[in-house]
Amino acid sequence: MANAAHSNHGHDAHGHDSHDSHDDSHGSVKSYAIGFILSVILTIIPFGLVMYPSLPKVWTLWIVLAFAVIQVLVHLVYFLHLDRSAAQRNNVIAFVFAAMVIVLLVGLSLWIMFSIHTVMMAH
Amino acid sequence: MSNLVTNAGHTHVDEHGHDDHHHDSGEMTVFGFWLYLMTDCILFASIFAVYAVLVNNVAGGPSGHDIFELPYVLGETACLLLSSITYGFAMLALFKGNKKAVLGWLAITFLFGLGFIGMEINEFHKLISEGFGPSRSGFLSGFFTLVGTHGLHVTSGLIWMAIMMYQVNKHGLTSTNKTRLSCLSLFWHFLDVVWICVFTVVYLMGTL
Repeated sequence: MANAAHSNHGHDAHGHDSHDSHDDSHGSVKSYAIGFILSVILTIIPFGLVMYPSLPKVWTLWIVLAFAVIQVLVHLVYFLHLDRSAAQRNNVIAFVFAAMVIVLLVGLSLWIMFSIHTVMMAH
Repeated sequence: MSNLVTNAGHTHVDEHGHDDHHHDSGEMTVFGFWLYLMTDCILFASIFAVYAVLVNNVAGGPSGHDIFELPYVLGETACLLLSSITYGFAMLALFKGNKKAVLGWLAITFLFGLGFIGMEINEFHKLISEGFGPSRSGFLSGFFTLVGTHGLHVTSGLIWMAIMMYQVNKHGLTSTNKTRLSCLSLFWHFLDVVWICVFTVVYLMGTL
């Protein structure tokens, strides 16, 4: 812990340290550029597929959803700087917990509401 | 609990080292702000769930397919994504201690954010003047609530950013301002993440 704290707190002696991107908790021009380019690609493709339909709808739906998930991960890594370093551990734990709550909240709400819908419409 | 203990120990170590301990209390503030953002995520998740439940209840009115204009939404997305990377450059300038560059990048970010909000208000205005306001159907209530909540967040981010530009200009890049700008950075990138979910679930899946 103390070790990680040390390597992450060189802030005052800053500029661009020799160790380029990874243990700098605030990224570099390179990491922002990579994140930006990936985001552009991951945005353009789903918009293109929906605006100019060329695949079966179900495929398009899954591709659009998959690209959204990947783009969220790209933002978390390249813009919000979540990684496996010790300095980020608490942030990652909080995020994973929130993600779990969100999956349960959204998934179960939809399950309940659409079950009600189906049952009520049944007769 | 054990995390708190570890972090307290961590401050202690740094105080004995050469670092100013301001930096560390700032780090705890940023972590606290991250926890707030996680709860904000859950707020958005609830609104997304409501939207998904209501999306088919058009009450004879328009569905998403009839009212969404994807090229326009692509423009909004571009504004927000560009503002994300320019805020990133502001943060890099901050850690280099370049006050002028920080102010410049913040101003550019502010303009992109303002562009996004302007486009969104224009979209809402158009829909309402066509008679497709939030009271028209369950779908439109859900739509305005979800997209409007995101828009309100972006608006508060813009107000915060304007205040930060004033503070940086007046007091310089103090450690307090660094902490505040780090929190705003998280907030701003987080809003971009929420927007990815909005354009996917609302606009793309609605048009499909």
